Amino acid sequence: MMLPGPLREIFHPPATPGVLGVFGHLDATISAIKTLKDGGHREAITVYSPVPRHELEAALQQPTSPVRMWTLIGGITGCGIGAWLTLYMSYDWPVVVGGKPVGSIPPYIIIMFEMTVLFGALTTILGLLFNALLASRHQGTIAYDPRFTNDKFGIFVRCDGDQAAAMEGVLQRAGAEEVRRA
Amino acid sequence: MAETTQSPPAGRVTYDFVTRAIARTLGNPGKGYYLLLGSALTLLAIGITCLVYLIRYGLGLAGYTHPVYWAVFITCFVFWVGIAHSGTLISAILYLFRSGWRTAVYRTAEAMTVFAVMTAGLFPLIHIGRQWYFYWLIPYPNERGLWPNFKSPLIWDEFAIGTYFTVSTVFLIMGLIPDIAAARDLATGWRKKLYAITAIGWRGTNEQWRHYTRGYLYLAALATPLVLSVHSVVSWDFAMALVPGWHATLFAPYFVAGAIYSGCAMVITLIVPIRRLFHLEALITVEHFENLAKLCLLTGMIVGFAYATEYFVAWFSGNPHERAAFWYRAFGPSWWAGWTMIICNGFLPLLLWFKKIRTNITALFVISIFVNIGMWFERFVIIVVSLAGEPFTHWTNGPYNPTWADWGIMAGSFGWFFMWFLLFVKNFPAVAISEIKEVLPPPRRAGTGGHP
Repeated sequence: MMLPGPLREIFHPPATPGVLGVFGHLDATISAIKTLKDGGHREAITVYSPVPRHELEAALQQPTSPVRMWTLIGGITGCGIGAWLTLYMSYDWPVVVGGKPVGSIPPYIIIMFEMTVLFGALTTILGLLFNALLASRHQGTIAYDPRFTNDKFGIFVRCDGDQAAAMEGVLQRAGAEEVRRA
Repeated sequence: MAETTQSPPAGRVTYDFVTRAIARTLGNPGKGYYLLLGSALTLLAIGITCLVYLIRYGLGLAGYTHPVYWAVFITCFVFWVGIAHSGTLISAILYLFRSGWRTAVYRTAEAMTVFAVMTAGLFPLIHIGRQWYFYWLIPYPNERGLWPNFKSPLIWDEFAIGTYFTVSTVFLIMGLIPDIAAARDLATGWRKKLYAITAIGWRGTNEQWRHYTRGYLYLAALATPLVLSVHSVVSWDFAMALVPGWHATLFAPYFVAGAIYSGCAMVITLIVPIRRLFHLEALITVEHFENLAKLCLLTGMIVGFAYATEYFVAWFSGNPHERAAFWYRAFGPSWWAGWTMIICNGFLPLLLWFKKIRTNITALFVISIFVNIGMWFERFVIIVVSLAGEPFTHWTNGPYNPTWADWGIMAGSFGWFFMWFLLFVKNFPAVAISEIKEVLPPPRRAGTGGHP
């Protein structure tokens, strides 16, 4: 399907040049990451993995995901909306029920709690989608292999043609089963 | 069922084995599956027929009679909400406790949660009688300037169930994304297209995992208090009223324990046939069943203790209305319902103290069905029998008898639930692929530990 110009650029950005290494072993992947990082290529690498592994996170030294801020802000917003909803609606048409104050806080805490969870959960998902999307926009269209969701780990190094041969060597020495240029 | 049970290569479960074993469940499941799906659709058709009659002729068909105006529909509502709870326990609470065994059963349990809440949500709508006015429950600006009464437990319930349904659906879908991507990379034809769209571009990059694992943690942390709140709020639908047998501070923990108990039993009831139909014996092992049975035993004993406390408090309070209500429950015209609940929920789970029974899947399956029956009767006894024997208006007391419309719609709700569940397990990964891999030793080069 052909998309109009600006949309095509967003959904089908041009392929990023680089080198893709396929690894069968976790420790080989980690040693490759370490070599690349020591060589000053931290920003240029993307690691594919079928599972989240703390070893990979530690080797990449990634900062903590900002998703937690989305959760916090969403939760506080939800709590506020719950308080506003119940109190505004009580005083907008004041009816005394059961001889209790028109705006009684204890039962409204339940609504506030439920809204905290609802908004917190939804903003967590939005934060996750937003941040993951932002990251892939940043990476561009990079090479991929369908085995990465099964049992292989992968490293993609963004580099120009003249660096590619050196990168291939690094990945192969670290124990890549397969290396190809993209 | 020509395929034989698959066993892992050289006795070791590898990443590749996990992916392929679970991707195989998306293929042709054989005759047994279609037989189950056909039965579910038949039940659903019966339910829909009864519902159409009910809508045409009104709630009189449901056998409502003074003083019982909350009956089988509300019983089913509480039953299905309760079923949902163990799904969140397994997916969120056990995740926070880092229980590795949850990975094999969590997807099934979470799907069960979503479909059980979907089923539960139908009952208040059926029960209101004029289903076409359901939107009156929603707080929206209207020309009369009226708003809902936020001091009513019924409106708390609406918010709790609405939030619970949304959050568990989001949690289920989020957990599915990496697994759909794994299925996408193995599939062909129209399935590949379906999974390519639903995987929303998942490739397992380090950035995706970084945000995903954090998001998962926070969703689990939000779902944990949520699940405890939902059944507490459901219990307050009753506990806030003055009816003896309902008006008890014990209700919130009593209902939460009962919910998790019935839910664990339902997980066992669902997983036994799924494991057989889709040949998942290597992934869902006897150990998983034993752990579920232990959860059942724990929550079952809490429920049994709550029963004893209820009767004790009725006697110890010296309150004549409370005493009369519990006397009616044990020896009134519905005594059989009261004793079914006590035997199925209070005494039967004590069999699970024996390891031989915990590790015998047939025995567990049978016990789980009795627990489901017992838990349905628990809600029936609490709701209907308490109302029928209400001592404030004892001159109007009368036992309530469910009608064919009640039974038909209840059967239909089982059909509705099993239909969604069966369609889900065939079309989406029914066992969490990436999460099972997480608890396996990762592949390392020979001599450095892990499997080669």
